[in-house]
Amino acid sequence: MTADALKDFQKLTAKTLPAEDMFAPGHRACQGCGEVLALRLLMKAVGPEAIAVSATGCMEVVSSTFPQTSWRVPWIHVAFENAAAAASGVEAGFKVMRRKGRIPDKKTAILAIAGDGGTADIGLQALSGALERGHDFVYICLDNEAYMNTGIQRSSSTPYGAMTTTSPPGKHSPLGQVTWKKNMPAIAAAHNIPYVATASPAYHLDMMNKVRKAVAIPGPAYVHIFSPCPTGWRMRPELSIESARLVVQTRAFPLYEVINGRYILNRKVSKPKPLKEYFQQQGRFRHLDDKAIAEIEARLHAEYDKIARLAAEGGPVKEEKEE
Amino acid sequence: MAGRTGIEVSLALSEAVKMADADVIAAYPITPQTHIVEHLAELVADGHLDAEFVPVESEHSAMSACVGSSAAGARTFTATSSQGLALMHEILYMAPALRLPIILAVANRALSAPISIWNDHSDIMAERDTGWIQLFAENGQEVFDLTLQAFRIGEDPQVLLPVAVNLDGFTLSHVIEPVVFPEQKVVDQFLPVYRPKVRLDPAKPVSMGVFGIPEIYTETKRATEAALLDSKAVILRVWDEFEALFGRKYRPIETYRAEDADTLLVAMGSVSETAMTAVDEMRAEGKKVGLVRIRLWRPFPDEEFKAAVAKARVLGVVDRSITPGSHAGPVFMEIRSLLYALPERPAVFGFSLGLGGRDVTRENFKYIYDQCQVLEDTGQDRYEMVGVME
Repeated sequence: MTADALKDFQKLTAKTLPAEDMFAPGHRACQGCGEVLALRLLMKAVGPEAIAVSATGCMEVVSSTFPQTSWRVPWIHVAFENAAAAASGVEAGFKVMRRKGRIPDKKTAILAIAGDGGTADIGLQALSGALERGHDFVYICLDNEAYMNTGIQRSSSTPYGAMTTTSPPGKHSPLGQVTWKKNMPAIAAAHNIPYVATASPAYHLDMMNKVRKAVAIPGPAYVHIFSPCPTGWRMRPELSIESARLVVQTRAFPLYEVINGRYILNRKVSKPKPLKEYFQQQGRFRHLDDKAIAEIEARLHAEYDKIARLAAEGGPVKEEKEE
Repeated sequence: MAGRTGIEVSLALSEAVKMADADVIAAYPITPQTHIVEHLAELVADGHLDAEFVPVESEHSAMSACVGSSAAGARTFTATSSQGLALMHEILYMAPALRLPIILAVANRALSAPISIWNDHSDIMAERDTGWIQLFAENGQEVFDLTLQAFRIGEDPQVLLPVAVNLDGFTLSHVIEPVVFPEQKVVDQFLPVYRPKVRLDPAKPVSMGVFGIPEIYTETKRATEAALLDSKAVILRVWDEFEALFGRKYRPIETYRAEDADTLLVAMGSVSETAMTAVDEMRAEGKKVGLVRIRLWRPFPDEEFKAAVAKARVLGVVDRSITPGSHAGPVFMEIRSLLYALPERPAVFGFSLGLGGRDVTRENFKYIYDQCQVLEDTGQDRYEMVGVME
């Protein structure tokens, strides 16, 4: 089914980008927000035949203050931890109403959209349930690596060594966050779903095409999108895209897909840039010394190597050039 | 299955959901709700009901999936009990606010701790203020009828609210009772296909569950509560239509030998059958006692209740739960507060009993009657927990 769905897959290029935006301008996100940029682009990629289910969080708050809405597709927000469960219900409803002839017999993309807290922490159970049950939907995690909406508290997706308001570096505990980032794409892939991908808005066509693939493939799909947060990362807003690129170039966030269990490394990073280049733009890593950075870098390289090995097992590494 | 059949009440409830042609059932198993969802799963597996059965991983996700499917425009049902209802708590509020007519059967069970799988009403009383229409059934026929009616009431364009049908766990859910099943064509006449004007439709995008700033939050809550209060008129109309089609009469308040009673017992749910027997026995002894049963708990039928107790001297109100730290259980509190402003009102006394599956007996009701006669002279204003082993 996956192969059939991808056989006729039309890639978006710079020339074929849809003009229409499904996420309207005029929202209330912070200056330089990488998350809302990713959201706008992915909604553009998905198009109008879609239902979006948002978890509570920045994107819900900035887009839906009554009486205004940024959503040009039908949109529903229920609570923080249940985007995947609510999306399961939407999907089941559409499926049965299509079968009973009450709505047109065509594919409607069902998207569940949540932040890293709503995915890796409070929403993990609902997500696991929805992936296991096999609903035809796409779960999108917009990962800005902390609870930004409530004021930059740590999540299980906050990287090792990052300062947040609940992982502050101090005299007793100088590192800030002392746990390693939860590997959500691996957890999603462990459900043996047909499609898992990571993406970064700095590689926007790659990201948009991954979301379109996720929609095209029947069954559950998980797309984990790196989402720079200048406010929470203590970073200049104009560096948002650059940080989203550096995170890939330093091997801190590998871009890959898992299609029916087969890993594909989308960007091979043969000559990684020093992690310090990525860290030094962000106040949240300012307290780290060179030794700590070197330790983190070694671990991130090892994780990258693991993905590269998995990809090599599935065949030659496929590198894609950005348009 | 048309006609009178002996059937387990949980199964009769599931048959009502089948006859209602529900589109989506999202549920998680919990005792004593299990037979309801097991039978629905069977009906779907055997092709008797064309629905999506979503076996979610928790009750929180059950109610969340129900919100999603109802918002999509599908007729949606779930069932739970006790801890499961408590786990739904957060999401229960969303259904009325988003005006989604989800139907929920609650096989009422005590809340932990200590863990108890047996019946009382503490689960639903903790959800009293979630904004749902809440009905309490006395027997198997009523469970079947209320379930059918719940879809019709909730989906009425004037209402668009979720409805909880309460049936006592085990003492009602697991007993075999005679139930009259209607012809499918009569059900179809009573309950047309659900076609909401507003749903998640790409051809007509809407945003649901938006962010409410202080300038509009109060008005939103007011509008939702107005819909709940106004639903009573529709409930009464639906019950009239039901009576015309099915021949059984439903009213928010039922009375038994209450006309000339000076003492009225007030109860909800299946214990009222025991109470009626107790009333008969006390009547035989010459006591002027009757029973008032509350079927419609939310919206509370103020006028109907006041009328039912207008001539009584004293009320003995039964609560199947407690409100720790307060002078009164929820039903007692409701009724005494309702009657307080009346210039002429009966004395009202409260009794909590039947907690965590403790049997509610005829003797309990006779005790309550006797206490009502004594308490009038003492001015007792706290509720009494009946049958506690000290």
